Amino acid sequence: MAAIATLNEKKPQPESLWQMTLRRFLRHRMAVAGALMLLSVIAFVIIGSFFFTEGYANRVSLDRSMYSLPPSSDFIFGTDPVGRDVFARVIYGGQISLMIGITAVTISVTLGTLVGLVAGYFGGLVDSLLMRFVEAMLSIPTLVLLLMLSRSLAGNTSTFNFLGRDISITVVGIVLIIGLTSWMGLSRIVRSLVLSLKNQEFVIAARTLGASDVRIVFVHILPNCVAPIIVTATLGIGGAIITETALSFLGFGVQQPTATWGNILDRARQQVDELWWLWLTPGFFIVITVLAINFLGDGLRDALDPRMRQN
Amino acid sequence: MTRYILRRLLEAVPLLTLITIFVFLLLQVSGDPLAYLAQDPRVREGDRALLRARYGLDDPLPVRFVTWLVGDDWRVRDCNGDGTPDCPGVTQGILRGDLGESIRTRQPVEVVFANALPNTLLLGLTVQVVVIIVALCLGIFTALRPYSAVDNVLTGFSFIAFSMPVFLIALLLVQVFAIQFRAWGLPFLPTGGMYDARGDRSLDELIRHMILPVLSLSLIQIAGYSRYIRATMLEVINSDYIRTARAKGLINRRIVFLHALKNASLPIITLIALDIPGILSGAVITETIFSWPGMGRLFIQSLEQLDPPVLMVFVLITAVAVVLFQLVADILYAMLDPRVRYN
Repeated sequence: MAAIATLNEKKPQPESLWQMTLRRFLRHRMAVAGALMLLSVIAFVIIGSFFFTEGYANRVSLDRSMYSLPPSSDFIFGTDPVGRDVFARVIYGGQISLMIGITAVTISVTLGTLVGLVAGYFGGLVDSLLMRFVEAMLSIPTLVLLLMLSRSLAGNTSTFNFLGRDISITVVGIVLIIGLTSWMGLSRIVRSLVLSLKNQEFVIAARTLGASDVRIVFVHILPNCVAPIIVTATLGIGGAIITETALSFLGFGVQQPTATWGNILDRARQQVDELWWLWLTPGFFIVITVLAINFLGDGLRDALDPRMRQN
Repeated sequence: MTRYILRRLLEAVPLLTLITIFVFLLLQVSGDPLAYLAQDPRVREGDRALLRARYGLDDPLPVRFVTWLVGDDWRVRDCNGDGTPDCPGVTQGILRGDLGESIRTRQPVEVVFANALPNTLLLGLTVQVVVIIVALCLGIFTALRPYSAVDNVLTGFSFIAFSMPVFLIALLLVQVFAIQFRAWGLPFLPTGGMYDARGDRSLDELIRHMILPVLSLSLIQIAGYSRYIRATMLEVINSDYIRTARAKGLINRRIVFLHALKNASLPIITLIALDIPGILSGAVITETIFSWPGMGRLFIQSLEQLDPPVLMVFVLITAVAVVLFQLVADILYAMLDPRVRYN
């Protein structure tokens, strides 16, 4: 007995799935760089908010000499056409944009996963109804659908209080709209995975042992779909941030006074030539953030599921 | 094959019906299309009510939907509110070929689209041609030299392009080629419209006005297409029959362009067919920035002022195009690849 015990102790622990994933992820230089870039952007928008209050970032100046100032030592990113400090707005706008990205993706991933699981597992009429609905949603160009849904937000000035901050109610609208229009791709991926999993031995074994449908779906099938879900979620955050900026740029996004990286740009639309600092600064942060997220997602894909690797 | 096409077209009917109902309901809750008249002091309240009745805006929801489908020339409404029906309906409904009238411009909807569609096709097809040519060159070149310096630089560029919102690219291009070039005294490019404001409608002017919109639309797409072409080419080049061709001593150019590209082009053609309907909906953002009078700008304008007749037809056109081109992509695939058969 003692001999067996020492044998067991000497034997190196096999790597767990997560250790293996972490090792593969860390080997991916771009992914690590992306993670660091993303962390520094997050650190910037959080630490920055200790230096400026949101009231300062949203305060419209009555002094006309403060309007549309180019970058200087006082305002390193300049001021916008109503005299607000673009640097402070980029910080608070970044918080909102990142928050929109994360919450919208939470909605779309939850919805996409649930629809995929239900359609794939139960099949039959439920499956064809759900998939026809997905097809209908996919047949309308995404931006057209998004704009039609967000039209009612334009000009809405009501706010709500969140953690002591007054935030435009349109933030909630945009989160819901982006979340509800971006789940279809994932639902198809999850559905096809479920179709290939549901007749495998371990699922049949679970059913034979008397496991309920809910238990089979969430305990036995869902864990096998985690890799594509995580990758889609990561890349989806970048997509949601870009979508938000595009909607806000067209004036159908988050409304003033709440800043986002998109609606800082909005005013630049009318005066592209004169106000380059108004779009270059938020533009830079958008690209850096989305780039970091894309690197991260790419690395996660390679680490989590080498079969999904694309050239 | 005919049976297959017929079945697919029949399957599209419930899909389009679903979309129609969805968009119709969405537009009904979007607000009052005549709200803008309330701000106009020249319009009297009575005229507004008359107009509302004429457009059938006060009808119950199911009636409005039926009216949109089959028209209202079979009934007489009470427009002036005196209790007796006095204004007969005039529309015939979309199922009888009457697309209706734009509330914004008072033009028939087909005229509105006839003005916008050619401009969008001109822009979109030019972009598609540019994208395919450039992406083919880049994709094949990098597939032949994977992980070379050029390949790595292009990979980096496409990552950046993927991470850029299209309006940022457009704004950057405007800043450089229109504003800075002008400031430096170089020949600069115009930033809006299709023709010169002074009325110069020559082809020269048109091309000058197209350069910036085409560039800003192409860059992101080139990144996507060239990566895709590189991946499919790499896959084919590493297959057995290419090795056989090499072993038989065929010259490289022949192998690449005749043997490899032929097979690699299958998924590429499908991709292109699936992307074509996207052209029809226009480039909403780019057309807005460059004031290009196409479908995208029409959509934004119709949305801003809420013009349901135009918006309904817009969504229907794009949805029909998506359905049709999905079918086209599948048929093309079956025609080009003898291994694929539909029954």
